Amino acid sequence: MKDVPASYSHEYMQIVIDTCLTAGRLMIAGGSEMYRVEDTMMRIAKNAGIKDPRVFGGPTGVFISLDGGAYAQLKQVRERNINLELVAQVNELSREFAAKKLSLYELQERLNVVAIMTPSFPLWIQLIGAAVLSSTLMVLFTGQYDWPDFPAAALVGMVGLLAFDGAKRLSKIRFLSEMLAAIAMAAVAIGLHHLFPILKPDNILIGSLMTFVPGVALVNALRDLFSGDLISGIARSVEAILTAVALGSGVGLVMKFLGQ
Amino acid sequence: MNIWLQILINFVFSFLSAISFALLINVPHRVLLACGWSGAAGWMVYWFLHRAGFGNMVSNFCGTLLVGILGMIFARIKKCPVTLFNIPGIVPLVPGVPAYLAIRALVMGEFVKAEGLIIRVAIVTAAIAMGFMLAQLGSELLSRASKYCQKHWKRL
Repeated sequence: MKDVPASYSHEYMQIVIDTCLTAGRLMIAGGSEMYRVEDTMMRIAKNAGIKDPRVFGGPTGVFISLDGGAYAQLKQVRERNINLELVAQVNELSREFAAKKLSLYELQERLNVVAIMTPSFPLWIQLIGAAVLSSTLMVLFTGQYDWPDFPAAALVGMVGLLAFDGAKRLSKIRFLSEMLAAIAMAAVAIGLHHLFPILKPDNILIGSLMTFVPGVALVNALRDLFSGDLISGIARSVEAILTAVALGSGVGLVMKFLGQ
Repeated sequence: MNIWLQILINFVFSFLSAISFALLINVPHRVLLACGWSGAAGWMVYWFLHRAGFGNMVSNFCGTLLVGILGMIFARIKKCPVTLFNIPGIVPLVPGVPAYLAIRALVMGEFVKAEGLIIRVAIVTAAIAMGFMLAQLGSELLSRASKYCQKHWKRL
């Protein structure tokens, strides 16, 4: 392990800046509330012995300045989704740093490790998740207890997740992948309806679209707005609305072409 | 259908749906069960209030309030951010049906119907956000009160 350079030396400041920015970027990429992002960055800087850190978190970038503006940097946030493992890990590392269980160097290293390989569930577990989510939510939302639709919703949910996963590799634009997933789901649901007329495509789609419906993103955005982070609140609500439009246009296209 | 069976189905399904959404958004696996509990609790409150004839807004608000409070408790126990429990917890409560129907109406060219549905989505979403804010306020008050008690212990 390298020795930590003397406090307030140029190197030390650079490390503090880099650590704070990485932590903030990871938390935004994981979909944390903005006040928590700023709070965590602030805490890391203060625990590193900086007296007057200033931070600003936005949905597409984080800023920090130390030492009255002598050191200032920003970092862009390119990818945003909801990945709570990131939020939990950064939070835990920051707690350990506050409790002096980690040195600044170790914190920086561990954050970089988290950034490169976030532990995530394997695809088959996610597929089971999508299947269970689609079928159970269909029953809860419609309140009709129509059991023939139950396996169909599970199937359509899995198809949607697979399509989303495949499309994500083709294109960097998230809305495009969401639209493709919606198209696949609607096509399968309506196709199933043609095969087995007892199934109701509306109910199936209500359940299985919930895998992607940005209700949670919208609530998150509103919480940001209410707590005063206006820029990130507005940006996030626009993002949620765009997702809804992508899903809607995907389903709508299929409905127009295949009928209902 | 038998009411007890309905209660059982609703409870189990809301529990499962919260956990499976937690799988999709990559919640650390040691808190998965807690997510399930808060999802089930929130949905059951919503379901009972909704059946008892309260409106969408009130029932969603109360459900989310409970999810928020439970989230605070779980966050203390498991030492994790509150978001981990809140996001999967509200999944059964988010306005999925009106959102879908609104999109459908828009596609079919029924703009007046779509307008009403979109406003319903907005109201329910706002109710959910308000529930969270109130839960947060409550926890802040509680922690302030407990700090005060610890400080002035001897005088009390």
